[in-house]
Amino acid sequence: MSKQEVDRSKRRFLIAATTAVGGVAAVGAVVPFVMSMLPSERAKAAGAPVEVDISKIEPGMMLNVEWQGKPVWVVNRTKEMLAALSKNDAKLVDPKAEAPQQPEYCQNATRSIKPEILVTVGICTHLGCSPTYRPEMGPADLGPDWAGGFFCPCHGSRFDMAARVFSGAPAPTNLVIPKHKYLSDSRLLIGDDSKGA
Amino acid sequence: MNSLTKVVGWIDERFPLTSNWKAHLSEYYAPKNFNFWYFFGSLAMLVLVLQIVTGIFLTMHYKPDVNMAFASVEYIMRDVSWGWLIRYMHSTGASAFFVVVYLHMMRGLMYGSYRKPRELIWIFGMLIYLALMAEAFMGYLLPWGQMSFWGAQVIINLFTAIPVIGPDLSVWIRGDYVIGDATLNRFFAFHVIAVPLVLVGLVAAHIIALHEVGSNNPDGIEIKKNKDPVTHIPLDGIPFHPYYSVKDIVGVVVFLMVFTAIVFFAPDMGGYFLEYNNFVPADPFKTPEHIAPVWYFTPFYAILRAVPPLFGSQFPGVVAMGVAVMILFFLPWLDRGNVKSIRYRGAIYKVALALFVFSFIGLGVLGVLPSTPLYTIFSQILSVIYFAFFFLMPWYTKIDKTKPVPERVTG
Ligand code: HEM
Repeated sequence: MSKQEVDRSKRRFLIAATTAVGGVAAVGAVVPFVMSMLPSERAKAAGAPVEVDISKIEPGMMLNVEWQGKPVWVVNRTKEMLAALSKNDAKLVDPKAEAPQQPEYCQNATRSIKPEILVTVGICTHLGCSPTYRPEMGPADLGPDWAGGFFCPCHGSRFDMAARVFSGAPAPTNLVIPKHKYLSDSRLLIGDDSKGA
Repeated sequence: MNSLTKVVGWIDERFPLTSNWKAHLSEYYAPKNFNFWYFFGSLAMLVLVLQIVTGIFLTMHYKPDVNMAFASVEYIMRDVSWGWLIRYMHSTGASAFFVVVYLHMMRGLMYGSYRKPRELIWIFGMLIYLALMAEAFMGYLLPWGQMSFWGAQVIINLFTAIPVIGPDLSVWIRGDYVIGDATLNRFFAFHVIAVPLVLVGLVAAHIIALHEVGSNNPDGIEIKKNKDPVTHIPLDGIPFHPYYSVKDIVGVVVFLMVFTAIVFFAPDMGGYFLEYNNFVPADPFKTPEHIAPVWYFTPFYAILRAVPPLFGSQFPGVVAMGVAVMILFFLPWLDRGNVKSIRYRGAIYKVALALFVFSFIGLGVLGVLPSTPLYTIFSQILSVIYFAFFFLMPWYTKIDKTKPVPERVTG
């Protein structure tokens, strides 16, 4: 053993430095593990935009498309359905679609690009159930005022034909309108709204 | 010296066998007045072991893949020798675990077992409870039935309600934009290895903390205050082994009688232990009519549903549910009473505890029922009682008229 005095401040410095470096390394080592839990490249590819041919959807009918594993509904609304929309306004939570549940270009009376075509994610904004399409007018179970829309069987939320939520339902907001654009009159691209091409 | 003592001596020179045996069993002095409520700690350990053992054997046949999971569970039920028994033991064990743990926690509330110096025992217990909830939730996804899928859908969507980070957080939890193979696979990993390891570690910490300060008892008296002047053994203490080891075996036998009766005669418990919708494979495009979690989560689910959305967000309900669980951590500091045990508390605490138990059970019942406006009002009233028990505790425990606590334990 050397007779030298212990240099305490040096010792303290070395302990602090080692702890700091070790701590940083430990935190850094966590990163890859946390990141590995994000969607993989394959999952992201499956989440890519999907193209839909809408020419075959009869008026009043709905097409169920899968995008990012979620149901996306494409509804060809009839003239009567569109006419009935404004009558609901007083009973809705957010009739003007002010909450950011749609891209800007769909923040209008029909919540759509083309008035008759509704594109919406078919997942209830309450707790993620998938509502049922109920296009009929005034059915017995939904009451005489029902002018077509969507009904969530889980907790009874109701949405009109522009996927806007009725007040008094557990769902807090309108259904989500995904990004979309028309490639041609009959070809719709869901999940992408970039300009050009 | 016979050969056994020789072997033990050989070990003791290399590993603290005898000293640990003494410290935790043969010379660990527990109060002599333990009653019925003191069975549930050792029963919880029994159920933990049962779950781990049956779980290992289920893992030998189960396939964590969305295309095979449901069928592999059916295969275990129909084709694997005794597979049905192992699966039913595991699924019944999950419910039994919560029954036992809720009774164990109830004991804590009655006898003030969370009070100084046992705060850490309680906190380790609460961490165990959180881990147990995570374990049960993730395990429920594995059979990939309709309830597995939609229950997980609802719960993971709760995270989406968290402002700012919510949507990304829920994608990270799922590993995909929807619940899918990635989700099932990671829940499997957490359920079979990550959470059980944490649980076992926490149980060890729980027991070590308990043995450091010693058990509380139905009188809420510190037995270490009255020690034999010569031997320093607490006068009201008896060695855990053989007295309580043998007593606990009686508890085990009675428990196993009830447990096996359920496993053999009512494994689905009329839809409460295994929900009927879960005998239908998961279908992401078809939501069941009525989604309810398994019974042990329903009190908190009822609180979630009782809070109306605020500013277009589910978040307040999620916060209420989170607070309902987390508030239990603070119990040791909320209670300002000058006695521990309910035996010496005044009328106020007795009424408060009775109301609390009523609200917890009431919320549990409401949580399995579909929500109607009337039930929502009931849930709101019971939620208020639930929270009042905790938030008013510092006040009512202080003004409560307590009785004098005896020096030594009573019968
Ligand atoms: C896997 C779950 C658990 C196991 C295996 C377990 C095990 C035990 C055991 C063996 C004891 C001693 C025997 C007894 O007092 O009954 C004990 C005591 C205790 N446990 Fe737990 N426990 C678990 C969960 C919990 C939970 C969730 C809580 C509360 C949040 C909790 C709080 C306590 C308290 C406060 C004591 C001391 C009781 C007293 O001395 O009066 N435990 N536990």
